[in-house]
Amino acid sequence: MGRVVVEVMPKPEILDPQGKAVVGALPRLGFTQFTSVRQGKRFELEVEGDVTPEVLAAAQEAAVTLLSNPVIEDVVRVADVAADAAATTVEGAA
Amino acid sequence: MAAPTLDAARIGVLTFPGTLDDRDAARAVRLAGGEPVSLWHADADLHGVDAVVLPGGFSYGDYLRAGAISRFAPAMGAVVDAARGGMPVLGICNGFQILTEAHLLPGSMVKNDHLHFVCREQQLVVENASTAWTNQFAQGQTITIPLKNQDGQFVADDRTLDELEGEGRVVFRYVGQNPNGSRRDIAGITNERGNVVGLMPHPEHAVEAGFGPDAADGVRAGTDGLTFFTSVLASLVRA
Repeated sequence: MGRVVVEVMPKPEILDPQGKAVVGALPRLGFTQFTSVRQGKRFELEVEGDVTPEVLAAAQEAAVTLLSNPVIEDVVRVADVAADAAATTVEGAA
Repeated sequence: MAAPTLDAARIGVLTFPGTLDDRDAARAVRLAGGEPVSLWHADADLHGVDAVVLPGGFSYGDYLRAGAISRFAPAMGAVVDAARGGMPVLGICNGFQILTEAHLLPGSMVKNDHLHFVCREQQLVVENASTAWTNQFAQGQTITIPLKNQDGQFVADDRTLDELEGEGRVVFRYVGQNPNGSRRDIAGITNERGNVVGLMPHPEHAVEAGFGPDAADGVRAGTDGLTFFTSVLASLVRA
């Protein structure tokens, strides 16, 4: 089973009210070092079999048509996570 | 209540899973003298209606983005085609969000800048009284209709905003306090042709004295919303 990760972030010029609320809450817990937070979305798309270039292309197409709205969001990552060792390591550590 | 004419215009009201205000919209159509026709999102047939209202609510629970999943409903394909052909389409609140996701109107809506759900009687100024849905208002008229939303902050890039302003396509602007951080106080816009209008506030909740916003002539007496629906009937008679 293959898995493609799609990550979507609000465009830099769009005010991110959710990120603003989070950055306001962090100092109350003692996290005073974070000056800005932006909140995005992560999608995990699973397929039978391997993640082929065709699967990645389809994920890219889905990312820009349904998973994001280009008026307010950027697709920042479309990746085969099995082939992406760094991402797998971070997930394993979580 | 206005008596429906023998050949009353048929105004479709499109319901998605999670739509809330379809009954009020249908009632507004009836009070204005039109014949409301219930349309279902899974049905690609618009049943020969003369205009369509996309009512408010939380279609698909606002999952992914408000209006993002509804945009791909079979009925929306037919609405997009009909709108491009000139049929009047009104998107209210979630309906406005669906129209932007469907690219019938530019820009998008994000969460209110203060992050709270807002519900209030909202004053608007009518800046374009020549669209299919506003032609019975006076240019510059101030109206009051309810506003209730969470993702109501209208955003677009400066070029798009300049284009909307330059072409007179800002139909409504918030008067007094901007309730959600919308760019340039924009509450509603139209397409180039003036047949597609979207706005965040709710005209369908201000159509009958006793059940509307407070007005100069009495508590809950406001019926400014009814003019949206008499406008579309007038535009269909002229067409």
